[in-house]
Amino acid sequence: MLEQQDYLADTGLATAAFLALRMQRPLFCEGDAGVGKTALATALAGMLGTPLIRLQCYEGLDAAQALYDWDFPRQLLHLRAAEAAGTVDADRLEQEIYDRRFLVARPLLQALEAGSGGRRAVLLVDEVDRADDEFEAFLLEVLSDWTISVPELGTIRAEVPPVVVVTSNRTREVHDALKRRCLYHWLPHPDVEREVAIIRRRLPEASEALATSVARIAALARGEDLLKPPGVAESLDWTEALLALGARSLGPAELDRAAASLGAFVKYREDQDRVAERLAEWAAAG
Amino acid sequence: MTTAAGTASAGAADELTRTLVGFARVLRAAGVPASPDRVHQTVTAVGHLDVCRRDDVYWAGRLTLCAGPDDLDRYDRAFTAYFGGLTAPPLRTVPPVQVLRPVAVPGTERPAGEGPDAEELPAATASEVEVLRHRDLAGLSPSEREVVRRLIALLDPVGETRVSRRHRPAYRGTVDPGRTVRTMLRRGGEPVRLERRARRVRPRRLVLLVDVSGSMQPYADPYLRFAHAAARRRPGTEVFTIGTRLTRITREMRSRDPSTALLAVSAAVPDWSGGTRLGELLKAFLDRWGQRGVARGAVVVVASDGWERGDATQLGDQMTRLARLAHRVVWVNPHRGTPGYAPMTAGMQAALPSVDDFVDGHTYDALQRLAALLAAGRGGGRRA
Repeated sequence: MLEQQDYLADTGLATAAFLALRMQRPLFCEGDAGVGKTALATALAGMLGTPLIRLQCYEGLDAAQALYDWDFPRQLLHLRAAEAAGTVDADRLEQEIYDRRFLVARPLLQALEAGSGGRRAVLLVDEVDRADDEFEAFLLEVLSDWTISVPELGTIRAEVPPVVVVTSNRTREVHDALKRRCLYHWLPHPDVEREVAIIRRRLPEASEALATSVARIAALARGEDLLKPPGVAESLDWTEALLALGARSLGPAELDRAAASLGAFVKYREDQDRVAERLAEWAAAG
Repeated sequence: MTTAAGTASAGAADELTRTLVGFARVLRAAGVPASPDRVHQTVTAVGHLDVCRRDDVYWAGRLTLCAGPDDLDRYDRAFTAYFGGLTAPPLRTVPPVQVLRPVAVPGTERPAGEGPDAEELPAATASEVEVLRHRDLAGLSPSEREVVRRLIALLDPVGETRVSRRHRPAYRGTVDPGRTVRTMLRRGGEPVRLERRARRVRPRRLVLLVDVSGSMQPYADPYLRFAHAAARRRPGTEVFTIGTRLTRITREMRSRDPSTALLAVSAAVPDWSGGTRLGELLKAFLDRWGQRGVARGAVVVVASDGWERGDATQLGDQMTRLARLAHRVVWVNPHRGTPGYAPMTAGMQAALPSVDDFVDGHTYDALQRLAALLAAGRGGGRRA
């Protein structure tokens, strides 16, 4: 299913996605940067034909930015308008102010409301480890009951729970309470064969030879303990860069072009030096 | 993947549950915290898949029972053992709890007269405490050590603070639009008063790397207790031990009682009193934890004598890397307090340029000063 969305998953990930859909559980993905955690959510959204609602986490993210916010200016306008019309019933006025139409939906509320009539929205909570602990508490209620309680309005419930993908880069340990509600999946780097297939699928103009060389070099570079081993995303970037430079394969003739475009592949100066040193040897082996 | 739940009879479902509960027990013994609610999820997950396919059962269990990359290896082993019909995997033998005795270790140069005292102190009086403060931690009698342990538990090594992205209501500061409008709404739309807000202040993360190799043996226990005091005072503190391997012991440090925590630590750390490969382990720490965020903007305390078995250049490189990530790097060396000590070991030489504060830690008094230093914030740093 995912393959139609140009996302090539292995058995583990396919099972994980299948169970997440069936059990209506969030999928908690961890793995090195660039192995396709975020791309998975995009592929799921494409597969279900629903919009992807993305919540990028950062420190200081609060309820007003993640769940909902009251539209204060509109509430004030409404008050003024009521005053001008001469309404004096304070109770009724207050009820009117705290109405759903004055509520601005942020990603989590959007995701709960987007699913209807059998269509399930896809919610991506990206890099949850960047948010602080306080944020996890908001997330818990949403992910376990698919509800959001707004004190002034009551509880908003999802008609159809969204498909949720939570990603983390492990900069800190996410609370167990959150993990318990999710299916946990660790995404490894793909093997050479799968990586070749991914590159070929995403960049059809890349030749089999070029894709194989890049995938082999990527696999070797990952074994080389670099500061930041390249992920699939970097392999794709590099292949694209090589294509842009007119390389059809990675033979001795293209080595200078490969070295010049290494910036797309490894992102630390120390790493670049090391890869550049071994590049000729690796390219020959590939 | 076909749904098997529909065809399975009630008896078979019972059988499946029993099998999975048994598997969970094996997993827990192997160190994966497979709680009952997780097992319940596994049963549901298997219900959606094909019970007879080994792969499906494997993935259903792995997705629901594991909680981190550390669990995956243990899960794999337990799975093969349980479903492969083999005997249970040999549990990692828990090393006997080591009471770190104050034995004279080569490398701890102490004047001859200052060895472990023969007389036992029944209880500590104020003046005795005063004397103990300045005694070398390596040369304490068991009862003295007990007193010092209690003193260490009372230390308050909370560190520096940083300005957070979150706001709090305040009397002075910038105008808080949200709260101002909310008050206006309550007062019928009149801007009666402006609400204000200010940035909240958060503590910086404290990361402690404690060397537990052979040459540090007499000091590892007090340092781990110091780490426990820090971890108890402020959640979010990360503690690691370095020896022949890097072990994260933050989880073990959660216990309220220092002795219970240390028991858990001694069970978790596989390499008490081995050699040290500081550079390599520091690299492991930075690769696995530090660069991802644990060390970013943190106050990092390395407690070690800098006795490097491996390549000192690597230690130097990794220290530079650490210094770039961390807000401040403090190195505690128990030998620094010894009269006539100079940081001559190759490891120490390589590390020093990247260290902000190089302090001694051989007495309780030194540890107390370390706690004060951590609280005082940046200052007096050696690093430019």
